[in-house]
Amino acid sequence: MLPNNLHIITLVSIGAHPTSGRARRAEQDARAVELGLRLAGDKLQVLHAGDAADEALRAYLGMGLSELTVLEQSSHGDALPLLSRYLQDAGAQLVLTGSQAETGEGSGMLPFLLAEQLGWPLVVGLAEVEKIENGMAQVLQALPRGQRRRLKVRLPFIACVDNAAPAARQSAFGPARRGQLLACEVTIVEDSLLAEARFQTARPRPKRLKVIKAKTGAERMKAATAKASGGGGQVLKDVSSQAGAEAIFKLLQDEGVLR
Amino acid sequence: MSDIIRRDPRAEWIARNRLHPLHAAMQKAETRWMGPNGIVRKNPHAVGFIGPNGLKRIDRSGAQQGGSSKRTTASAVVQLPLQVIEQPAFYIAVVPDMIGGRLSSHDKDLLGLANKLAGSDGAVVAVVFGEHKESAFDSAGVDRLLHIEGELYAGYAPEQRVLALSALESQLAPRHWLLPDSRTGGGELGRRLAAKLGERPATRVWQVAEGQCIGRAGAGREDLVRRAPRLILAAVECAEPVSDTRHEVRPLELLDQIARNLPRIEDLGAVAVDPALIPMAEAEFILSGGNGVKDWTQFHQAAAALGATEGASRVAVDDGFMSRDRQVGASGIWVTARVYMAVGISGAIQHLQGIGACDKVVAINLDPSCDMIKRADLSVIGDSAAILAALIERISTHRQGGARDAA
Repeated sequence: MLPNNLHIITLVSIGAHPTSGRARRAEQDARAVELGLRLAGDKLQVLHAGDAADEALRAYLGMGLSELTVLEQSSHGDALPLLSRYLQDAGAQLVLTGSQAETGEGSGMLPFLLAEQLGWPLVVGLAEVEKIENGMAQVLQALPRGQRRRLKVRLPFIACVDNAAPAARQSAFGPARRGQLLACEVTIVEDSLLAEARFQTARPRPKRLKVIKAKTGAERMKAATAKASGGGGQVLKDVSSQAGAEAIFKLLQDEGVLR
Repeated sequence: MSDIIRRDPRAEWIARNRLHPLHAAMQKAETRWMGPNGIVRKNPHAVGFIGPNGLKRIDRSGAQQGGSSKRTTASAVVQLPLQVIEQPAFYIAVVPDMIGGRLSSHDKDLLGLANKLAGSDGAVVAVVFGEHKESAFDSAGVDRLLHIEGELYAGYAPEQRVLALSALESQLAPRHWLLPDSRTGGGELGRRLAAKLGERPATRVWQVAEGQCIGRAGAGREDLVRRAPRLILAAVECAEPVSDTRHEVRPLELLDQIARNLPRIEDLGAVAVDPALIPMAEAEFILSGGNGVKDWTQFHQAAAALGATEGASRVAVDDGFMSRDRQVGASGIWVTARVYMAVGISGAIQHLQGIGACDKVVAINLDPSCDMIKRADLSVIGDSAAILAALIERISTHRQGGARDAA
């Protein structure tokens, strides 16, 4: 159900290992590459804004890509104007990104701002592309609690993937060495954020204390020893099983869990 | 409860009438009095009261229970002080997630943060889309409520919602926009709004104090400290929820018509997902069976009919009716379902711990005095097999009715 001349661009970034902080391929970006490879095969184009000499980029090449385009800029640069200028003329039908970067600010704003600047629709949490025909794509969106929603969206569009997308394939060493990193010279725009904000090592969040607003000792004792009790629950006793089932059915329907 | 001391003429009359059968019982037992020589005398036998087991109890907390003394009414619910903001100097706009039509704990934390930012002269505006079932907006800290309804906002319509929010932006120009940075919609809506308004948001914020905010950056190894921007996407437990004031939930109207856009994303509805494949810890609807379930084939049928993920208590797992990875409770999985249906589970404390995060609990049990009934929001006392059979029947008629409507 997929046309074979689909032009897909995946945007990738450099990740950081959650424990050691070592540079690696970013988890969600690798999933975006995986999804792109499944849709477009080796015609997938992968784009990165940053340092072309970074060895961690080769991990993406090891997934079976022959080349990777890099828009050269320093790590303090703003990637947004470069990418939006590039994508305006690239003629892509689908742009895939991860949900948020693993280094730097990681606000997850990039796909939203790109969609706003390009005037394209944006799909969040893409899990699967079902079919593409007549300039429309039918996709599955991942929702929390393992649910899925079917959406129909006009091409071209931007989609970001999260951990519900198919897991990325392993990166192989040989292809990673053989792949080409194509650097493009672009004008660099500085990011204004770092002028006023500063990074610090993440502090563990303070654990929320259970505050008991009791005035007397007896009330405090009661609060400390109380069992979990709803108290206000409705109890149906001596009713027929049909009436009981009806009450349960009504509650389930009010909560909207019956599909 | 009123503290006014009132006369009780009947009690006085009984006290005068020594032949009245209640005279002895209602006679006020004096425990200390001034003797004729100015010395305080005490009667130690009159202290205390006879408890339910026939033993004499002495309560020194001041709340004397055994009759006599002052008559007390049942303690009424304490009415929190109402905070009215007639002419707000500025507004703080909050867009809660409203999962299942109610304020989640994340939403309440966010409203707490909004009240902190609003102080005493700002007003907190909550924007709610579509139907809701929440009745406690006042104690959650909502000063103004903007309720936006309509077919356009039903289902998945983030672009239309952003248009509605930007209409509010042009009407009130709130000092801050606060949205929950959650996967259930707030994170997405907030980022879309930020892109639309051209504001650079602070994301995953977990502390806002003195004009500075701290949020997680990158993959969570670093924090980003910056001046609090206008748009804040806050993480869970970003502030304490409002607990000691009540707020007037004054309805707010949008003055202008909201612009309509041609939806570029069309919602084709939810897709049926095999409930058995959803991890138990994040399943939305769980049907759980315990010792009281005798017919396990019927239990599986019921789960299939309801579209629920299956769970089990420890006994059912130990007896081999369910696999170990389906066990709910302290030594199994701690579930977070919105609706948890317990069939034939009496509710050991270990099991109740495991379902602590569940929203609504439905119990089907033979024993009306078990702990699960005390926890449950709806309990049906009766034979589980008969009730499950009736429930399967009810749902199949509902499904067939729906199919007929569609055809």
